Order: sequence, then C-alpha cells, then structure tokens
Amino acid sequence: MKQRIDKKTVRHVARLSRISLSGKEVALYQKQLADILDYINQLNKADTTGTPPTSHPLESLKNVFREDRVRKSLPAEKALQNAPERKDDFFSVPKIIE
Amino acid sequence: MKNFEVVIGLEVHVHLLTQSKAFCGCSTKFGLPPNSATCPVCLGLPGVLPVLNEKAFLYAVKTALALNCQIQDVIKFDRKNYYYPDLPKNFQISQYEMPLAHNGYVDIEHSGREKKIRINRVHLEEDAGKLMHDEKRGLSYLDLNRTGIPLLEIVSEPDLRSAEETSTYLQNIKSILLYLKVSDCNMEEGSLRCDANISVRPKGENALGVKAELKNMNSFKAVRDALSYEGRRQIDLRKKGEKIAQETRLWDEAKAMTAPMRTKEETHDYRYFPEPDLAPFTIERVEIEKIKSALPELPQVKKKRFISKYKVSEYDANALTRDRAVSDFFEETIRIVDKPKEIVNWLLGDVAAILNERKIPIEKAPFKPAHLASILRLIQSEEITGKIAKEVLQGVFDTGSQPEAIVDKKGLKQIKDAGELSGIIEGVLTENKKSVEDYKKGKKNAITFMVGQVMKKTKGKANPQKVNEILRKKLGSQI
Repeated sequence: MKQRIDKKTVRHVARLSRISLSGKEVALYQKQLADILDYINQLNKADTTGTPPTSHPLESLKNVFREDRVRKSLPAEKALQNAPERKDDFFSVPKIIE
Repeated sequence: MKNFEVVIGLEVHVHLLTQSKAFCGCSTKFGLPPNSATCPVCLGLPGVLPVLNEKAFLYAVKTALALNCQIQDVIKFDRKNYYYPDLPKNFQISQYEMPLAHNGYVDIEHSGREKKIRINRVHLEEDAGKLMHDEKRGLSYLDLNRTGIPLLEIVSEPDLRSAEETSTYLQNIKSILLYLKVSDCNMEEGSLRCDANISVRPKGENALGVKAELKNMNSFKAVRDALSYEGRRQIDLRKKGEKIAQETRLWDEAKAMTAPMRTKEETHDYRYFPEPDLAPFTIERVEIEKIKSALPELPQVKKKRFISKYKVSEYDANALTRDRAVSDFFEETIRIVDKPKEIVNWLLGDVAAILNERKIPIEKAPFKPAHLASILRLIQSEEITGKIAKEVLQGVFDTGSQPEAIVDKKGLKQIKDAGELSGIIEGVLTENKKSVEDYKKGKKNAITFMVGQVMKKTKGKANPQKVNEILRKKLGSQI
C-alpha cells in the first residue's frame, strides 16, 4: 500500500529538526518522505514469526565495557575551533527558550 | 467544601561518582576550566564510538538493588532526540524501553508512620552541558565539561502526599546513595537534582488530577518550599472551580513562588530509538546476588538496629544514620567506651556544631573516635569538667593532639580538692558581700551568681557539684 504523509507531519518533523521549509519544499519532502517510508515498509513483508526482536545487528556482542580511567581530553582551544561564536572559553549561542 | 490532597511523584537525577565520563575517558571533576574536559565522543563529532564505563554500570546496578528494584534481563540504551544547545549530539544516550531496573521501593518514616514509596524505574543516561544565560545580550554561554557525565535517574510512583514527605523521601535516597558511595550527592554542584510532578485531587478520589512539572529546586529547602507553594496554589484554584493547566513550572527562590516556564506550544516528541553504537548488556543472576549480598547495611536498617541495640531515640537514630561516616564514628566510639547516650549528645551537639562551622565532613576531621572516647573517660573520672571538655574538643580539632595531652599542657585538670576550692570560695564570698546579703535575705538565686564567679576564677576547672556543696555549707554557717 502506498504510504501517505500529510503536510502537517512534514512541518512537524522539520520543526523538530529546527529546519524551516518553504511551501514548495514541504511538497517536495512530502513526496520524498512517502517514498522512503514505502521503501522501508518492504520490511513489513518479511516473515518474522519465530525471530526474536533485536536492537543490535551483532547478536553475540554484549557487555562491551571500558575501564573507568581518565584519558587526556582535547585542549579547550581544539574543542572550540569549530565554534562559529565564542566568548572566552565558552561556546556562545543564541539564548533559546525551549 | 471538599478536602483536597496533594499527589507528588519525584524524578531524582544523580551523578555517579566515576573518575571518567559514561562513554568516554574525559574527567568528571567539578570546576575544571570551561570546555577543558571534552573529546570527540562527548562533543558528538562524527565517526566516534561510545563505550560504556563499567564502573558507572556497576554503581547503577548497586543503587537499583539498594532501592529494592528488579534488574532487567536485557538492558539496552536508546537515543532520546532533541535539539538544544546543551546537547552537542542532538540526542542524549538514555534508556527508554528496557531500563536498567524497575519496581523498587524506599521506606520512609514520616510523622511516626512508616510508608513504602514505590519506585517505577531506575535508568542510566548521560548528562548534558551547562548553559549560562546572558539575559542582556540574549546569548547563552556553553560549557560542555558536564556533557556525558553518568547520570542515574530514579523515578518514583506518585506515592508522596506532601512537601515534607517528599523531602524525607529525597533525604532517604540521598542517604542510601552516600552509604553506597556511588555519588557525592552535592546539590550545590548539581550532582543531585530533582524534578517533581505534582497534582491535587479531592480526598478519596483515585484518578489523578492534571499535573504540573516542577523544576529548578536546588536544595532541600527549595523542594519543601516549592512543593508546598505549588500544592496550595493548585488547591486554591480547584476550590475556586478553576482548571489546572498541564505545564512546566519553575521555582523562583527569590520571589518564593512558581511560575510557568515560557515554552513553545509543541509537545515533546523525542523519537526514541535503540542506540545502535552500544550492544545490549546482561548481568547474570549469580552476579546480581553477589552484588546484593555485598551491599552495606542501609540507613533504614541501621536506624532500627541503633534504636533496639543502643536505646537511642528515633530522632537521634535518624540524625546518626543519615550520614554513614557519622554512624560509623558512633559505633567505633562505642566499641572503645560503652556510653551511647553521651556519645550521641556529643556527636549531634558540639561535634556537629564544629564540623558545621568548619565545613568539613566528619571523616576528614582530625577528631577521631578514640579522641571522643578519651574525653568521655576524662569526664567520667572527674579529671575535667563538662565545660572544660568542650575546650578540649576544640583543642583536638585545632591540633589533632590527644585529649589527655591537651589537658596536661594547658593545665585544665579539674579542681576538686575541698581545701583548694574552699580558699577560692572564701575569696569570692568576701568580694561579693552584696550577693551574700541577698542570699541570706532569701534570694536563693544569688548562689548561682557566686558559683559563676568561682568558675570564672578557676577558668571553668572547678567541680561544680563540689563548689555548690561548699558554698551552701559556708553560707549556711554564716547565718
């Protein structure tokens, strides 16, 4: 069955990702997202009776830990090198009200 | 008019006391220079792989067991997606469907009644960065050192019925965490934080009312004040027949009120999905049993034992067991000198006052159980008075010397020799003829003044009973 996705959902998803879309873009992504969902939905055709749900592709892999040991961090200068704005050694960002 | 009751559920967030972060090797130390404890993993740079800190996992399991929870057979992590500047990856590694543990409880005692507060779930996640807002410029300054510090979330059922009860519950959780040594629970530094869900309903009703989520309570006092304010506010609204809005409210300490948080009209949609970079975790039953049996005696159990074994009052037992180090100090002192009553009085009185004043925890003080035991023995053998004992206590805190050495060095030995005291008292009597007259005229209080004068002359070293005795004899014979 062809997947439908309405404009409202497209706008909601865009908003969650902090992307602003024009009306034309909404229509474009409406179609593209529907196609993607269609593609993914092929998985629903697979017979999964008797297959336990899994959250990780490597079934035998579990309990991967590291020891609690401090390792060298990046110098602040490095950590901040891609910051568009900074104030002293802080990242400076527009104040966001959630 | 209907009676309303307040219904509260608490979410407690606590930093686990690991050296390094949850998924990378950056330091968790508080107060480092801004953005000096980050790496590609906690900065969320592309292509990195988080690997779970084993100690964080172990501490989480320990805590969940101490909170009487069941550990899940399969534990996995999920991504909680949201965009906010304090979260560089744009998702937080948390647990959604298969949290570490669930179905626990904490016993609390409130106004003499015992009550079980059920715990819905305990899960492990990572903390976000710290934003400082610059209101004037409309900017926020971001420090990502805190990003990725292991955070344990403990979610209660809505079983709490008052601000006081909630504070007791939080205190008990804090004590348990301190006993387990899995967190320093420092609220000022943000290693223990909580949010509350609070609603009101007519007494006897089962359905929950519309709840407000309350944030920004940064101390025990704030928790009590904010919740009692919010409970009253909601009850007042309901009594006026008004509706309660479902919203997030912030506690404003300065104004002593809660106010709705400014928020965009959009429900949260976190789009959780399994964290593909972390394989699942399991822990064998035998391993769980091993950890369980190695848990220390927990505060509630210890409290009951103190009451029955040492006959201390419930109030004192509470105060003693709140901090594991204090309870250990108490029992170690008892092992040297079996005087529980006196030890309690000193520990919760003068010793607590000095610790408070010097802002040090008991385990870091130069004052040890052997010192307290010595002081008690010196009092019992009448070598020093109770008053001098306080001076000796200060001396131990200042120098770490043995009480006996301080007594010798400073010449603080009690004067109980009748002849010596007699001489001093004679002097006081001649210098205070007016008081002697007053006493003879029936003003019996005058004797207290004269005892005080003797104490002053002897710098507190005179045995008060002896002084009283001799004074009365002398005053009697003068009639």
